[in-house]
Amino acid sequence: MAIVKKKKVSTPAKVVEEPKKAVKRPVSESDASPKKKKKVVAKKAQNGDGPAKKKVKKTKKVQEEEEPVEEVERLQLIDDDDEEEGLDALNFTQHDGSDDDLRDDYSDDDDDDDLPIEKKSAALDKKKERILAEGEEELQLNIANQATFELPSVEEIENEMKSVPNLEIIKQRIADVIQVLGDFKNRRDPAKSRTQYVEVLKKDLCSQYGYNDYLMGKFMDLFPNGAELLEFLEANDNPRPVTIRANSLKVKRRDLARNLINRGMNVDPAADWTKVGLVVYDSQVPVGATPEYLAGHYMIQGLNSLLPVMALAPQPGDRVLDMCSAPGGKTSHIAALMKNSGTLFANDASFDRCRAIIGNLHRLGVNNAVVCNLGGEEFAKIRPNGFDRILLDAPCSGTGVIWKDQSVKTSKDSQDVQRRHTVQRQLILSALDSLDANSPNGGYLVYSTCSVLVEENEAVVNFLLERRHCELVPTGLSIGVDGYTRFRDYRFHPSLSMTKRYYPHVHNIDGFYVAKIKKLSNAKMSTQAVMEKEKEKAQQKSQKKKEKAAEEAEDSDEEDSDSGEEDVVVNGSAPKKLNQKKQKKAGNVSDDDEDVETAPMKNIGSGARANKKRRNQKKAAAKQAAVKEDDGFNTVGNVKRAKKPTQFKSKVPKRAAARTGAKSVKNRRKKMLAKVQ
Amino acid sequence: MRPLTEEETSLVFAKLASFIGDNVSMLIDRNDGDYCFRNHKERVYYCSENLMRQAACISREPLLSFGTCLGKFTKSKKFHLQITALDYLAPYAKFKVWLKPNAEQQFLYGNNILKSGIARMTDGTPTHAGIVVYSMTDVPLGFGVSAKGTSDSKRADPTALVVLHQCDLGEYLRNESHLN
Repeated sequence: MAIVKKKKVSTPAKVVEEPKKAVKRPVSESDASPKKKKKVVAKKAQNGDGPAKKKVKKTKKVQEEEEPVEEVERLQLIDDDDEEEGLDALNFTQHDGSDDDLRDDYSDDDDDDDLPIEKKSAALDKKKERILAEGEEELQLNIANQATFELPSVEEIENEMKSVPNLEIIKQRIADVIQVLGDFKNRRDPAKSRTQYVEVLKKDLCSQYGYNDYLMGKFMDLFPNGAELLEFLEANDNPRPVTIRANSLKVKRRDLARNLINRGMNVDPAADWTKVGLVVYDSQVPVGATPEYLAGHYMIQGLNSLLPVMALAPQPGDRVLDMCSAPGGKTSHIAALMKNSGTLFANDASFDRCRAIIGNLHRLGVNNAVVCNLGGEEFAKIRPNGFDRILLDAPCSGTGVIWKDQSVKTSKDSQDVQRRHTVQRQLILSALDSLDANSPNGGYLVYSTCSVLVEENEAVVNFLLERRHCELVPTGLSIGVDGYTRFRDYRFHPSLSMTKRYYPHVHNIDGFYVAKIKKLSNAKMSTQAVMEKEKEKAQQKSQKKKEKAAEEAEDSDEEDSDSGEEDVVVNGSAPKKLNQKKQKKAGNVSDDDEDVETAPMKNIGSGARANKKRRNQKKAAAKQAAVKEDDGFNTVGNVKRAKKPTQFKSKVPKRAAARTGAKSVKNRRKKMLAKVQ
Repeated sequence: MRPLTEEETSLVFAKLASFIGDNVSMLIDRNDGDYCFRNHKERVYYCSENLMRQAACISREPLLSFGTCLGKFTKSKKFHLQITALDYLAPYAKFKVWLKPNAEQQFLYGNNILKSGIARMTDGTPTHAGIVVYSMTDVPLGFGVSAKGTSDSKRADPTALVVLHQCDLGEYLRNESHLN
C-alpha cells in the first residue's frame, strides 16, 4: 500500500511541473471514465463515508472534468481515502515535506529570471501550495472521522434504503457502529445517544440480512454483543449439514455407515454425544431414497431433534406421549429407546402431517404407537394423569431454523409470536395435566422448541412453574448453553438455568431449547397453593394433636380427681370418646351459632350483591388489562384463547339469494319469453 | 375399532397364509403377551391387547392408526395387504426370492420382476403363491405373487415375468398418503 501511495503522491508534483501532460490525461481519463468512476465509488464504499460526503465528491468530480488542473485535487482525494484505510498520517506528511523541498530548490534556482513561463510556474506553485494545504486539512478531518465514526441519522438511512442501497457502505457502517458500541464511552460521538447508534445498526442489519424490524430487535436483545449477533445472523444464512439417525430397532450405526459408504455416501459419526447420529458430507445418491432409507434403517433428522428425546430418556414399558409429533422423527427415536415396548402416543393437530407420522413409524418398524389427530389441549381431558413421560415439541415461530425457511425473516411479527406463545402455554399446561406424578419412574415433561426467542422458551416454562406444582430438573445433556434466569428487565425462576439453549453459530445445530420438568403432585394448582394447603393440613394436624393432648390432660385430671370408677375402663378410651363427642357438639353448636349470627348480617347489609358485582367487575377489568399488556413474559393474566372465527350466516335463505328456485326460474323464463314476443 | 367378524377373519388369515403358511399361528400365540386383530375404518390393525385398550380411549375419528396396519378391505370386501405388513411377513415367509442389485431399483419403482433380475429363489415355489422379495443383503423389499413356479422359471427365457408386483418399499415415498 505504501508504494502505491508514494506513486500517487508524487503525481501531483509531476503535474505541476509538466502541465501539458496533465492536459493530456483527462482525455485518456474520459476514455476509461466509466471504469474509473466505478473504482472511485467502490473505494468510497470501502471507506464507509456518509452520503453527505459522497455528494461533495461528486461535485468535485464534475469540476475536474472541466478543468485539467482539478485533476490534481481529485487524485489528492483518492490519496486521502487510502489514508483512511489505515495508513499512517506520518508517512504522508513526510512525503509532502520532501515534495516541498524539491519544489523549493527548483524555485530558488530560477528566482532571478523573470520569464513569463516562470511567472506562470510561480502562480502554479502557489496554486499547488493551496491545494496541498487543503488536502492536509481534509486529511486531518478524515483522521478525526476515523477516531469518532460519523453516524448518519435514521431518516438518512431510510432515504438511502429507498434508493438503491449500497451493500458495501452498509457493511462498513455495521462494522463501525459495532466497533463504537464495543467501547461506547470512548468511541462515541458525544452528540449522539446509544439508542441512535442502535437504531442505525438495526436498520442496517435489517437491510443487510433481510429481516423485519421486529425480529431484528428481538435478536439484538438476545445477543447484545455485536460480534456474536453478526455470527448468529451469518449462521442463519448457512445451511447445516444433512444428518441422519440410525434406527436402532433395525440396524446398528456401524453397519449402516458401512452400507451407506458402499452406496456412495460419505458419512461420519455426527458428534461424540450421540450414538445414533451420522452426518452426511456428500452423497452420489439421494439420501431420502436409498433402499436402506426405504427399509427403515435410518431417518433424516437434524441433530437438534435428538436432544429432547435424550432428555426425555424414555424407559421400556413406559406410557409416553409425543404431543406434536409430525413428521415422526422424534417419535420413532422414542420408540427405539423404548425398544418397541410400552405404549407411545403420537399426536399431531394437522391431519395431513399425521400421514407422514404413520408412514414413517411403519417404515421404521415401530409397532407400539398409536397415532391420533387431536388438539394437544384435549389430552388433559381424555387421559388426565395418564402418562409417564410427555414430549412437547411445541409449534413455534421457527427462529432457530431460519436457514430452512427464509420467509421467517420477514413474515413473523409481534402478533405471530404472541399467538405462538399463547398456544404454547395452553399446550404445556395440558401436557402437565396429563402427566402422572405418581408413576414409579416417570412424571417427566420435556418442553422443546426450535425457536431462540425467550418468550417462547423460558417465559413459557416460567409460566408453568407458577401455575402448577412442578419443578425443573437437569436435562442430562452434556452440551448447550444454560437458559436465561434474567433477560432484560425480566426475572425468571432461578432453576431455569437448568434448561438448555442451542445456537447455530455455537453448536452448529439448529437453534433450539430444551427444558425437563418433573411433576410433583397431581394437584391442579400452583406450587404456592400446594404449599399453603400443606401448611393448613399441618396446622390442622397440630391442632388436633393439641386437642388430643389437652383431652388427655383433662382425662388424666379427671382420672386423678375421680379415681375408682375410671380405673375399670381400659385406657380411658370410652370417656375420651365421650369427651370428644361432647366437645365436638359444643364446637358445632358454637359454629352454628356463628353461622346464624353472620348469615343474616350478610343479607341485611344493604348493597351486598351490588358490592359483589362491583368486585367481580373490577377483577374482570384487571384480568382484561393484564391480558392486553401481555408481552409474553407476564404470567399474571389469563391464558388468552384464540377467538373462534365467526361464521357468516346470511338471514336471506340461500335459494332465495341465488334465485334458482324452480318457481323463480319459471317466472323468469316466462318474463323473458314475453319480452321476446 | 372392532374385532374382525368371522368372514373378515377368514379373509385376512387366508391372505396371510398365502405368504407365511402355518406361521399365521405364530402371530396369535405369542409368548410376549396377547396380540389381536382389529378392524378400524375398514383397515386391519395388528397390535398387542394392551396397546389396543389404550388406543380405545381415543374416539373413532381422530384415531388414525395403532400398532401395525396389515391391510385394508376394499369396497367389494376383498382384503388387500399393504406394504406396512412386511414387518410381519418377512420373518415368517415361506417362499422367498432374492434380487440382483440392478433389479432392486426396478422393483422398488413398482415393476414386476423378470427372470433376469432374480439371483436366488426358494426351491419348490408353486405358481400363484405369495412370495417375499429380498435384496442380496437380506433386506426385505416387498412382496408379490409368483407367476411361475421355480421349475417353470428355470426353463423360461430371461425376459419372462416370474414375480408379479404387489407391494414394495417405494410406496412409502410414492403414496404415503394412501397408507392410512
